[in-house]
Order: sequence, then C-alpha cells, then structure tokens
Amino acid sequence: MSDSTTITIEIDGKSIQVKPGTMLMDIADDNDIFIPRFCYHKKLSVAANCRMCLVEVEKAPKPLPACATPVADGMKVFTKSPLAIAAQKATMEFLLINHPLDCPICDQGGECELQDVAMGYGGDVSQYDEGKRVVNDKDIGPLIETEMTRCIHCTRCVRFGIEIAGLQELGATGRGENMRIGTYIESALESEMSGNVIDLCPVGALTAKPSRYTARAWELTHHDSIAPHDCVGSNIHVHTFRGLANRVVPKNNESINECWLSDRDRFSYQGLLSNHRLRDPMIKVDGEWQETDWNTALEKVRDTIADTKENSGSDQMGFLVSPSATLEEMLLLKKLANGLDVSNIDHRLRQVDFSHQNQQPKFMSLGLPIEALDTIDAMLLVGSNPGKEQPIIAHRLRKAAKNGAEISLINHRDYSLSMPLHCQLTESYTGLVSLLAEVAQSLPGFNATSLPQEAKALFDKAEPGEDSRRIADSLNNKKISAVVIGNQAINSPCYSLIEVFARALAEQTDSTFGYLTEGANSTGACFAGIAPNRKLGGEIEDRSANTTTMLSEPRNLYILHNVEPEYDFADPVVAVETMIKSDCVVCLTPFISDDMKIYADILLPIAPFVETSGSYINIQGKIQSFKGNTPVENTQARPAWKIMRVLGNLLHIDGFEQLSSADVLQEFESELSAIKADNQANITEVCVLDSVDSKLLRSSQVNMYRVDNITRRATALQKTPAGQEDAVHINSNTAAKYNLNNASRVRVKQNSTAVGMPLKIDNSVADNSVWIAAATNVTKKLGPMFGVIELEVD
Amino acid sequence: MANEVCFKNMHLDRPWTLETYQSSGGYSVLKKILREKTPAAEIIDELKTSVLRGRGGAGFPTGLKWSFMRRDEPGQKYIVCNSDEGEPGTCKDRDVLRYNPHALVEGMAIAGYTIGASIGYNYIRGEFWEPYERMEAAIEEAKAAGLLGKDILGSGFDFDLYNHLGAGAYICGEETALLESLEGKKGQPRFKPPFPAGFGLYGKPTTINNTESLASVPEILSQGGKWFVDIGKPSAGGSKLFSVSGHVNKPGNYEIPLGTPFRELLELAGGVRNGRKLKACIVGGSSVPVLPGELIMDVDMDYDALMEAGTLLGSGGVIIMDDTTCMVKVLENLSHFYMSESCGQCTPCREGTGWLARIIHRVEKGQGEMADLDRLEDIAEKVGGNFYKRQGGRTICALGDAASMPVLSFLKHFRKEFEYHIEHKRCMVRS
Ligand SMILES: Cc1cc2nc3c(=O)[nH]c(=O)nc-3n(C[C@H](O)[C@H](O)[C@H](O)COP(=O)(O)O)c2cc1C
Ligand code: SF4
Ligand code: FES
Repeated sequence: MSDSTTITIEIDGKSIQVKPGTMLMDIADDNDIFIPRFCYHKKLSVAANCRMCLVEVEKAPKPLPACATPVADGMKVFTKSPLAIAAQKATMEFLLINHPLDCPICDQGGECELQDVAMGYGGDVSQYDEGKRVVNDKDIGPLIETEMTRCIHCTRCVRFGIEIAGLQELGATGRGENMRIGTYIESALESEMSGNVIDLCPVGALTAKPSRYTARAWELTHHDSIAPHDCVGSNIHVHTFRGLANRVVPKNNESINECWLSDRDRFSYQGLLSNHRLRDPMIKVDGEWQETDWNTALEKVRDTIADTKENSGSDQMGFLVSPSATLEEMLLLKKLANGLDVSNIDHRLRQVDFSHQNQQPKFMSLGLPIEALDTIDAMLLVGSNPGKEQPIIAHRLRKAAKNGAEISLINHRDYSLSMPLHCQLTESYTGLVSLLAEVAQSLPGFNATSLPQEAKALFDKAEPGEDSRRIADSLNNKKISAVVIGNQAINSPCYSLIEVFARALAEQTDSTFGYLTEGANSTGACFAGIAPNRKLGGEIEDRSANTTTMLSEPRNLYILHNVEPEYDFADPVVAVETMIKSDCVVCLTPFISDDMKIYADILLPIAPFVETSGSYINIQGKIQSFKGNTPVENTQARPAWKIMRVLGNLLHIDGFEQLSSADVLQEFESELSAIKADNQANITEVCVLDSVDSKLLRSSQVNMYRVDNITRRATALQKTPAGQEDAVHINSNTAAKYNLNNASRVRVKQNSTAVGMPLKIDNSVADNSVWIAAATNVTKKLGPMFGVIELEVD
Repeated sequence: MANEVCFKNMHLDRPWTLETYQSSGGYSVLKKILREKTPAAEIIDELKTSVLRGRGGAGFPTGLKWSFMRRDEPGQKYIVCNSDEGEPGTCKDRDVLRYNPHALVEGMAIAGYTIGASIGYNYIRGEFWEPYERMEAAIEEAKAAGLLGKDILGSGFDFDLYNHLGAGAYICGEETALLESLEGKKGQPRFKPPFPAGFGLYGKPTTINNTESLASVPEILSQGGKWFVDIGKPSAGGSKLFSVSGHVNKPGNYEIPLGTPFRELLELAGGVRNGRKLKACIVGGSSVPVLPGELIMDVDMDYDALMEAGTLLGSGGVIIMDDTTCMVKVLENLSHFYMSESCGQCTPCREGTGWLARIIHRVEKGQGEMADLDRLEDIAEKVGGNFYKRQGGRTICALGDAASMPVLSFLKHFRKEFEYHIEHKRCMVRS
C-alpha cells in the first residue's frame, strides 16, 4: 500500500510503508519487531516514562522512546544496535536496583513482564550495593493485593483509572525515589472494572487477592469461556488448578470486551468453590432430606411429573428458568415442556408488566453491535445503570462520551456513571413515564396519533422542562443515535409504557431502539421459547400467561432451573410462599441453601458455569459457545443438558438423543443462523397506571454482586463496598416530608412484609422515591422491587 | 556598560512602583503598539533582530519561539511566565520581580498581544513571598491604570494577568511540569512532542518564557533590536543578569553585556573572598559543568565562548568556590539536590539520581572504593548522557542531564580529590 498518504521508514534494515505520525512502537509491533516496554499499553495514553523502549534513530543525538516517537519520512531506526541495546540494558539495570527480586514468593512469577524482559536485558550480577527501597503496602480492598515495593512506576494503573474506568482512584504521590502509587487516603477501589489493573500491572505489585498464593502461573490450565453474568458475554480464560477454577482473566475480543473484564466476571468464580455446593441428588422424605443416587432421584422426578400430568393436568406444572441458563439447557427444557404439553415456562423472573408481551419482537437485542457504541453520537438510556449492570457497555459509552457523544439518562436515581453526561433526569417509577412523555412533547412534530390511549393521555398532559428539550434535541440532531431501555425499565411495573415511548422516540428521531436485558442469555431464552407465549425458535403466539400468573395461582409442581426464588424474583416473598404451597418443587441447582431446604422437595446437582459446556446469545445476537471442564471433586453434579436428556428419555418424549451439547444446537442450526435482532414491533397494548399519587414508591436495582446464585457466593465480591450495599436511600426532601431527617434506621413496610434497615439520605434519589437494592439478604424478606412502600423510624 | 535592561531603574527610588516605571518611559511601548496596532510579525522581527535568547537556561531564541504560535487561529491561547527560579545559584528573577515588576507586566502584555493570548500566568517560586506581593501590587496598579484587563486603552485588546505561587518543587521550573502544576496536577514534565506551542496549558497553544526574557522585551522594543544586539554578541544580544554567589566579597545580581570577560564579573563582585585563590566555578547554575579556576578566568561570558571552554551559560548562576572548598562535599550536596527534586516518573532519573547521591555520600564519608568512581560515571551517563561526548540524556526532561553533568565534570576536573577521600578516608582540603 504505497500511496501519497504513506511514507517509508526503515527499522533494522527492513523498509516499511507507514502512515505518518504513527508511533514507532505500533509499527514495530505490526511488523513483529520486538521492542521491550513497560509503560506502553495499546489501550492507554502514551506516558513514555519507563524508558525501556529506547531505540537508536539515525541523526538523533540520543536514543528515543519508540512508544512516543512519531515516524517521519526516511527515518532509520535501529532497535538492536549497540546504542539501543545499551540504553535498554541501562533502563533494566535501574528498574532492578530497587526491585525486591522476590520472584520465588511472588504471584506474578512466571507471567511477569519484568521477569521476562530481565531475562533478555538484565545483568546477572548487580553493581548496586546500596540499601533497597521498601514501600508500605496499601489496603485497596478485597479484590486486589498490593506489594508496592515491587512497583516499577509505569503508571499503567493510574492511567487506567483516568482513561478507562473514568474514576481516578490510584495516583502517584511524592517525588523521585519517594514516588508512590496509591489511593492517598486508604480506601477500597470502587470502580466496577478495578480488577483490570491486575492484568495491567507488569509486575507483582497489584495481584488478585482471592487467588493469592494458591498456585504458580505454570501450574494453571487455561480454558476459554464466556462470562455468565450479563448480556455482554465477555470472553474469558478460566485458569484451573488441579481441576478447580483458580482465577478468571479476560480473553481479548475487540468487538465485545476488548482486553477488559468487569470485576463481577473476574471474581465470580469463587462462588463455584462455595461450601454450599450440592454434592449429591437429594430428596425430601417425610420432611427429612436424604442423599440419593441419580437413578432414584430422576425416577422420582419422572414419577412426579407423570403423576401431576395425569392427575392434575399439564397446567399444574411450571418451569422457572434462570435467564443465565445456557441455550442448550433452555432448548431441552422447552422440548420437555412441549412434550408434556406444559406452556407454563418462563425466564422473566423479575418482570411484572407483561401487557405487551404478545407484541414484543421475536428477539430482544441492543439493536446495534456492542462495538458500535464507541462511535455513537447520542443515546438516551432509560431505566438503566450500565456501570453496575453491564460494565462493559458503560465502558463503551464512556469512550463515546469522551469523544463528545451526548449520553442522557432517565432513571429512578441519579447514577454516577464516571463519564460526562448530557443529562440525567430522575423520577419515581411512574413519574419516569411522564418524563418520557415530556421528551416526546419536546420533539418538534412528534406524531402522537399512533400512541396507545394510556400513553396518549400522558403525552397530552406533559409539560416539558429544559432538560427534556435537550434530550429531544440531542436525539433529533445527532447523526447516530439510539434509545435503549435497561434492566430497571424491563422490571418496572410501567415496562410497556416505557417501551412504547422509547420506541416512538427512536422511530421519530431516526434512532435505533434497543434493550439491555437481565442475565447472560435473555436473547437465547427468547429463541428457546422460555416464555408461555413463545414457541421453540422464538415465534410469538397470543398467550396471557407469564411468571406472575404462574406464581399467583400456585401449581402442584415447579421445576426450578438454576433459580433461587428468595432472590431471583420481583417479589421474593410471594415466590417463596408459592413454592412452599406447591406439592413438589424440583430444583436443578449447583447449590443448596437453608431456604431451599424449606421449599424444595427434590434437588438435582447441576454443573454450573465453567464445569458445563454450552452457549449464550449475547445482546447483539452473537452466539458464543464454550466447553466445559470437569466438575469439582466430590460431587455428583452433572451438566444440566444431560439431566434433561435423561428426563426426556425417561418420559418417552422424542428428540432427546443428543450426545453432546453441540448436538443440541445442531438441530437448530439454520434457525440460529437466521436470527435477526432488529427489534421490530408495533406495540399497542400497555399497562394501566395504578393511581399511586402522593404515595411513597420503591424503585430498585439488583445488587450488582447478587445477580445470580454464583455471584451471591463469590466471597471477595461480597466484601466490596458494592457487595455490602444494604440501605434505604431517600433524598433530603423525602426525609423532611416524612420526618426522617435524623433517623439512622427505618422500618420498611411493603404489602404484608416489614424489615428494619439502615437509612441513607442520598440526593441522587428522585423525590417521593425510596431506593432499595434487590436480592440482598435483607430485601429477600421484603415485597416487590417496585411498588408502594412505607417508612417509619425504627 | 551595565544595568541597561532589566535593572535599568535600579538606581531610582522605589523602582517597583508604576509611577517610577512610567517616569523612565515604562508602558510607552505597550501603548504605542496598541495605538498603532503594530503587526505581530513586526514585533517578532524586532525580537529576532535583537537576538534575545531565552534567559531560563536553554538559550532558545525568543523571537523564534513566539513565531511558532498561530496567533490568528481561533481558541484560547496563553502566555506563561516562568518565575519558578529554582536552579541552585540563581536568584536573578527574584530581583526582577522585586525591583522591576512592571517591566514583566508590560513584557507579558506585549507577548500576549503578539501571540494572540488574552490570558497570562506568572508562576512564581513558592518561597518568593515578597516578590509575589510586589507582583500582585504591580498587577493591581496596572489594572487600575487601565493597562491590564478588558479592552486596554480602547484598543480592543484584552489581557488578564494572574500570579500563581508554586509549592516548592524545583521540577515545576521545567516548562511542561509548570503547566501541569498550573492545571492543578502533580508537577511532572510532559513528553514532547507535542510542544506547548501546539498543546500547552489546558491543551491550548501556549508560550512559556523566563521572567528575565519577558522583562527584557519592553526595553528591546523601545530602543530597537539593533541596539540590543550591539550590547552583546552577534549570536546572543543584550546584557544579562548574572547571580554571583559563593566565596566572593560582594555576592549579588549583576547585569552585564553578554561577552564580558569572566574576570571583570569577578571584579564587579569584589573578587574572591579573603583574597584567596579561585578554585572552581560553576557559571550557569548548578546543572552546568564545573570549570577549574584556571580554565574560566579568561573566558568571555557568552554562550559560544563558554561552550568552547567546556561548560554552559545556563541560567547565569555563577557559583564561586575558593581553595578551601571540598569538591566531594559540593558534589554530594548537588547530587542530593537532584535526588530530592527528580519528579520520579522516568526510570533512569528516579532510580539513578538516588544511586548517584548514595555513592557520593559514601565516598565523602570515606566509605567508598575506587571502582565507585567509574561506576559514578557509568550511572551518570546512563541517566543524562555525556556532555563531553555530546550525547543527550535518556529521560523525559533535562533534569536527568542536569543531574549527570555535575558528576561527570567534577570527576573530570577533580578526580584526585575523590580518590583521596577513598584512599585516606578523609578530605584532602580540610585536613
Ligand atoms: C529541571 C528544569 C528546571 C528548570 N527550571 C527553570 C526555572 O526555574 N526557571 C526558568 O525560567 N526556566 C527553567 N527551566 C527551563 C524551562 O524549561 C524553559 O526552557 C524556560 O522557561 C523557557 O524560557 P526562555 O525561553 O525564556 O528561557 C528548567 C528546566 C529544567 C529541565
Ligand atoms: S528526567 Fe527526572 S525530573 Fe525529568 S521527567 Fe524524568 S523523572 Fe521527572
Ligand atoms: S514503553 Fe516507551 S518509555 Fe515506557
């Protein structure tokens, strides 16, 4: 590619055509010419402080850093000349004089950039004879261990905070030899992406605390996998030690997670090692739990199913499925349900408004590739806190925002997203719909005729403020724009109204409409038909049943797949009560808990993430498959798809001959390749807004480290500030109105439930709203995520 | 001829007041420029004719520096004055601030006009409290007289000037570290390119000049570039301030034409204390190579002559050492300084300056070994290159070079004293 826009340079005698202005380092990397480096990182700004990459450039009076030297026409570069090598070796010598050289006890040993480069450029005998520097360690939280004496001051971690996480938590203080990397005031890192500094740190100064001192790098076996906690599907390597997951690191995928990973995806593996693992199949006999073998357990399940079908009818059976179950598990469950004539099957466990379910699209997706978020010009996010729900999405939006994109949010609470925001409007969950109506009102020429009656009424009433106008303008004027509704919109009692407005706004401003969904595989669940109104393949049929109807009239038999009712439902109290009322509850679960022992009757140990193979369809519609590793020792756990296959056969249902999880997908190959995630839909059926005027309303978000049964058992994540979040948040207006200004604890009442909780005055919360995280150990005893709530001094 | 530029008003009563400054023609240049709307190119040409070279230490031609600014491009631009004056041996900018603050105000306003900057910052060394107050007062006076602020003298030209007091870091005198510090960040030099003229304060085009450079501008423009260059040398115009310190009878700041023989400067400063012998001299602030007395005596004080003699003019901080001086002790002191003042970001400087200081400390204490001397040279070269081999340093800023030049030059000229310390475990001079 030699044209006028390229110039020619020479590196080590090799002539190369390059774009002017490119840094030497990048060109060397592209041409497989190795230049040692520490501070350079392809995703971070150039700091040029380590001086390891010094190379000789013809006519330059001194060696120049390849990472910070832009190429010029005719430049002749020598990366291995005596001058270059001498400069590189000199830097290496300086880096090592104060380094403790404690490789034998360092977790980074074997995968340490300093160790590797020292092999090539370090001397074997040091001429340094003075005392070495010792630096006190900092406690920066439960995820990251520090050993700051090893720090080589490359500042990658500092730049990560500023440039990628958008939250500067680590910085350099002190001059010269006294320069220290730290938090200044000792505190735990709060970024949801903080663990990435472990990968970025070229030495053992920042290492993973949970896996510290457990294994040497060379003893670990690497498995590729897909992270199972959000709809992004970050690519990961699981490192196992003697069969057990020992740590998780990102696998580079530029179109999904790049080289980053959220803390949740990185540290959730600890949940797998929990001592709550269910080891054997168990059945409850006369109220007593007994361990049993697989044959007995499965026969018991078969008999119960056959019995229920015959004596009570298929409608007395319900399947409740985790939105993070694998596609293969979902497909087989749907086949089982079909074979049994059961239509009660659902994955939308925290959803409460199903008014428009029969008009929703075949597949729910973001509407555009995850990568495309980087270059978006404007976005309106509704009912979403991506930083805590889909951290990689937040990272992509942060990139866009830094390049000037206008990101607006309409939420129940002012979420801090560590990025410049165009606008964030907050309201209680009913008020939120009115905000959307206001944005619509502000849009010049908005056509309201196609809005359903309920929405039209809100539209007519709306009195837009300055901020709604700014959001409308931003969507209208920016070239590439999108309207996306997130987890909290989907779980809202006003979901259908939110979606109607969001779609109308998208349509009339030429923006893309999209969803950010719960769990790792909601899109897969659509495809597998894990909803009463969906067929295998995703096709929608007119049905009114849903999770709520399935719970409000208790069924005789429930099959729970990877679900814990006390945490995973919109209203955990109702869910648990229903399970208790039911004749029989079969749990396919990797874990056993005290709650489960009360409501369940048969427990089947399944192999969780890492231990089973399967696939997820992520929010851009991409199918990502992963292999399984052997389950942990001393457990009879089996991959769930195998259990379902056996059940299918035991029940004499056709189509359960698969020999591998890949076989399960094979059957749907053509349908899967035809997935069109275009979100096309025309919605006319919406909910009727309850009159909740002047009442105090709860809104909520699932605690980011309690989204599923694995993360809830990940001990280090639980110890982080986010994991400990368990308070009632109200703003000072609300506090004044209800005379709670001086209260430190409140009694929270919802429906028939009541719990005592600490109170936090927090002005990020909307007026007349109470924000309480869901799925915590306290809120499992409380009513629904959204609804009328009362507070009184405890 | 002395005291013609920055110290022109030194003999007058209360020379720091607006009244005194104006009584000798102060602000007439600014007024003329604003009245006549003198084209910026004309001002730059005059400066080029004057061959004013930056007084901060590097000697970069000021006219050329100003010409790098794209004054007509839209967007904020800044003029920044470097009054951080931290170089050991140098205290000339302090006296410009104390005795002629209005020359700096006028110089910065002219600079602002020329490069298209409507805002100026004067970054003053943290310890300079009295000079800071003088500068503050001068700005207040100028503002009250309508010589600063919006639409100065109805010309349409806006110029606001602010003083900013540093917090005691030598490195904040390095121009890009100064910008970081002004922005409220840790004072650490930036990697260049990009240069401040393209990406400076808050990412906007910025020109940074030394106090003396800027304060010289009004007089140059008033008397003409030709006048200025004729005072000095064709390759470096004007008279310059030298801070003479150490073992002399009359330490102080002296304004003398560039090219004046060293001997004359020493006489102005009253000669060596107690009539003793001149042992050594550092002529340009602590960062430049030391010269033994016999090599400096007949050298002229200008860039070229000093270079030829094996040193640099630097900031003009002339440190005089008589024959009672222990050169090992001096180097120990200097090396300790660079160790403490390294900003810490680049490896060779962060690690190397401490290593150097520790070895020299050991040698001074009589705990060294002969191999330490070669080792010192080796480390110094690995940090800051080698002045004698014309090899540049390996660091982001010139502090690395500055730390290594004393080490290499002391060992070059006074190696025997170091060897004596090692061999006899005591000092050659003071024993
Ligand atoms: C370590 C270091 C310290 C410096 N300290 C100062 C200083 O105190 N004052 C100063 O004017 N220039 C100082 N400089 C030089 C400045 O970087 C810069 O070259 C100068 O301010 C430019 O002004 P001039 O062109 O008018 O000389 C220092 C440079 C280095 C590398
Ligand atoms: S040479 Fe020293 S002072 Fe200059 S940038 Fe590097 S570490 Fe900082
Ligand atoms: S990699 Fe270039 S200076 Fe660090």
